[in-house]
Amino acid sequence: MSYTPTMFLSILPELLLLALGILLLIVEPFWKDEKRRNAGWLTAGGLLAVLAMSLFVGRPGEPTTVFGGMLRYDWLGFFFKMLFILGAAITALFMLDHEALGKRGEAYLLLVAATLGMNLMAASADLVMLYLAIETTSIPLYVLAGFLLTDKQSTEAGFKYLLFGAMTSAIMLYGFSLLFGFSGTTNLYELAAMTEAGQLSLGVALGLVVLIVVGLGFKVSIVPFHFWAPDVYMGAPTPVAGFLSTASKAAGFAVLMRLFVVAFPSISYDWASILAVLAAVTMTLGNLVALKQTHIKRLLAYSSIAHAGYAMIGVAAVSELGVTSVIFYLLAYILTNLAAFGVVMAFGRVAGSDEIKAYAGLSRRAPGLAIAMLVAFLSLAGMPPFGGFVAKVFVFAAAVQVNMVWLAIVGILNSIVGVYYYLSVLKVVYLYRMEGENEAAHPIPLTRSYTIALVLLTLGILLVGTLFAPWFGLSGAAALNLF
Amino acid sequence: MTFPILSVIVFTPIVAGMLILLFPEERKDEVRVTALAAATFALLLSVWVYFTYDLDAAGYQFQEAYNWLPALGIGYHVGVDGMSAPLILLTGVVMFTGVLISWGIEDRPREFFAFLFILASGVFGVFASLDLFQLFFFYEIAVFPMYLLIAIWGWIRTREYAAMKLTLYLFVGSVIALVGALAMYWTAYQNTGVLSFDMLQLEQANFSEQFQAAWFLPVFFGFAVLGGIWPFHNWSPDGHVAAPTAVSMFHAGVLMKLGAFAALRVGIMLLPQGAQHWSWLIMTCAAIAVVYGAFIAFMQEDMKYMIGFSSVSHMGLVMLGLSTLNKTGLTGAGVQMFSHGVMTALFFAVTGMIYDRAHTRQIPELGGMNTVMPFAGIGFIIGGLVSMGMPGFSGFIAEFPIFMGVWYVQPWVAIVASISIIITAAYIMRNIRDVFFRPMPENLEGHITDVNVLDKIAILTVCLFMIGIGLFPSLMVPMVQTGVDNILRLLGGA
Repeated sequence: MSYTPTMFLSILPELLLLALGILLLIVEPFWKDEKRRNAGWLTAGGLLAVLAMSLFVGRPGEPTTVFGGMLRYDWLGFFFKMLFILGAAITALFMLDHEALGKRGEAYLLLVAATLGMNLMAASADLVMLYLAIETTSIPLYVLAGFLLTDKQSTEAGFKYLLFGAMTSAIMLYGFSLLFGFSGTTNLYELAAMTEAGQLSLGVALGLVVLIVVGLGFKVSIVPFHFWAPDVYMGAPTPVAGFLSTASKAAGFAVLMRLFVVAFPSISYDWASILAVLAAVTMTLGNLVALKQTHIKRLLAYSSIAHAGYAMIGVAAVSELGVTSVIFYLLAYILTNLAAFGVVMAFGRVAGSDEIKAYAGLSRRAPGLAIAMLVAFLSLAGMPPFGGFVAKVFVFAAAVQVNMVWLAIVGILNSIVGVYYYLSVLKVVYLYRMEGENEAAHPIPLTRSYTIALVLLTLGILLVGTLFAPWFGLSGAAALNLF
Repeated sequence: MTFPILSVIVFTPIVAGMLILLFPEERKDEVRVTALAAATFALLLSVWVYFTYDLDAAGYQFQEAYNWLPALGIGYHVGVDGMSAPLILLTGVVMFTGVLISWGIEDRPREFFAFLFILASGVFGVFASLDLFQLFFFYEIAVFPMYLLIAIWGWIRTREYAAMKLTLYLFVGSVIALVGALAMYWTAYQNTGVLSFDMLQLEQANFSEQFQAAWFLPVFFGFAVLGGIWPFHNWSPDGHVAAPTAVSMFHAGVLMKLGAFAALRVGIMLLPQGAQHWSWLIMTCAAIAVVYGAFIAFMQEDMKYMIGFSSVSHMGLVMLGLSTLNKTGLTGAGVQMFSHGVMTALFFAVTGMIYDRAHTRQIPELGGMNTVMPFAGIGFIIGGLVSMGMPGFSGFIAEFPIFMGVWYVQPWVAIVASISIIITAAYIMRNIRDVFFRPMPENLEGHITDVNVLDKIAILTVCLFMIGIGLFPSLMVPMVQTGVDNILRLLGGA
């Protein structure tokens, strides 16, 4: 195999991430005590630099397959890579002032490693590569979820996540190996040619799809593979939970779309109906259970399950607009949900509680933080001028386009339920008072890293929600690579 | 390039709202002054639009069109016609008076004005929209601040319940209409090959009669929920009562018109055959709302509930006018939207002034207000005369054509609906007698002060419009008629 410049360009973000990780390893031991926080700034700054450099130098042209068919170098992968890196940079900012994570260099290293894995997931064009990438992503995340060794909930979260993850990935691996057994190839694009030519029987392919959906369904937390999410989000350190619910979920979607749209286009109608039903069940269950939650992280966990359902609508539409709308949805969702978790994090570290009722009086204690929360929650509820609104309209439009009006209606009924519980939280924030306390005496100071991250995210949510044409264009370019 | 006046009107409030949010919390007076400046500016521009609208040219004027998302045919397209220009003016008036009335808010005025202005931008945006996607965008922007405004600054006893009820009703209605809009969008694409949300394009889409009949009801009723149509009016009196004064004014004065207007613009104008197919149903619902609303208003002892149900009744008249689908009725509906808007804003403003001083809105507990606040009293009486449809006031100019239009179509409905005029006269006059002219109860004696100068300016502004249009119908009727002509053209000259 000969090496060409394109090959290195295609994995430029990954190479830079690796360099960043090594740099962290070398530099971090020299920082003592208070200075150890610098590792966080280095990670966040480094990730943003990686983002900028990749955007300037590493943009893909015509889709090509590199490294002997292992990776695909196209806009789909590239767009998702940028999303993951952005999400990781914001997460690093959130980790900075976390009591237990902030001064631990290894936490940042794990974050970078997980991001590296996600990047490879988004670009994988081969089942073997894909599996390796998924594991590269998962193992650091297992550790991060259980990072707080003295905290029982965190340990439980890490362990639960590990068991669930190992189980589902084993089933998926079984699916992969059967697929290899039946077809004799692990390359997605060769598989596509074989299904196209009818060399892989429909029944077999459909059975294998189910096995694979188990593994990816766990990643994106669709029903019935969602059980881990609430417990893990609640127990894991909040920044990690935010990262799990956004970048990790988006990575799952990237693989899901590439795998199904590329490898099994001819049986797309059969799996479309499977996915449509999964989407409907996922959003309904997520939203209904979210109604009853009293813990903000559990509420966000169920809400993120519901959002996986909304995004799944676009996948189930199996159309160019459908895939475009999913990618756009994920962009809006990542910004929004990171902002939501950021607020929870900023509040929780001062107030010491994640119960929803503890948020009473927040708008008097910290008006700015309350506004950030308002923006994030209204965007989650799908209100304009925030990103969540247009994103929802696009997925619903994709469903109506392919005559899945029923799915759009289920989605709309669900967003009504969503409006109810998001507004109920905002009601606590804006309407209720702290019991027997003067709110002015309990301010919630924001550290610099939170201010930067939350301002960036809020502006991002507004930008995606109002000037959506460029983002939609990029999503469209990414989606085009699949068709 | 000409001055983009409509865009400036639409974005002035929201930009001012964002600016206000950046003020330090304790600078309450600066917040108020900025709010008033922005509201005055928007009012002046909307007056300008209203009076420079070229009646001879008619059609959509002050148009601006930009691509928003060309790939899906989403555009930013604004323009006003004879139907929407009065409503832009109405919004300007209510926004201006609403800021004056809310001067005394002490609890987080910064957030209050910011949310109120986001709402105002949404309302302006819907009235000016010529693009269906944009219309939804602004429609939702107009809905969600209501929740916060009512829940935070509303009447403590019912605010949580009323705010959630209102938001869910309106949201359900709008998303149901959204599915209809998406169906229209894709069907138009199949029919014409043009992928566009532009309503002027969608008018040409040749929807089949079947399609129109199937989708008209979800679209029309989805929006008409906000117009308070029976049997989906239930949220509205609760919302009026729970809301703080300025929000009640906005809510009854402008937001309910938003529903009626969107139902007209999207329901009737884009699906005209559907409208013809179902006009009997709308007429029935509207007639019930007119009479039933009036009866319930008559039974109320709380002034705000009374006005709330009277709004249901008056908005029923708007819907009744729309359901006639003829020139007379539609013109009446157009004028009624404006007339009811300023009238009900005035009612809520005066009620708010009384409540702030007497701390009760129960009619039996009030009295003698005219001796201490004669200015507010006169304002309320003028509003009452408008409400009763007295000649010489804008209410007459609006209601008379509506009844005439209905008479052409269904004389029986006109007769039944006209019962409401008598009942309206009864509850308005009873209210004026009890609240303003009987001796003041002892416990209120000495506690009530006159309204301040800002309140007077607000009352005066509103009365000016009601009497002006009543005496000179030519100020508004010909303009509305140009809008109606366009609707009739779509209805096939029916």
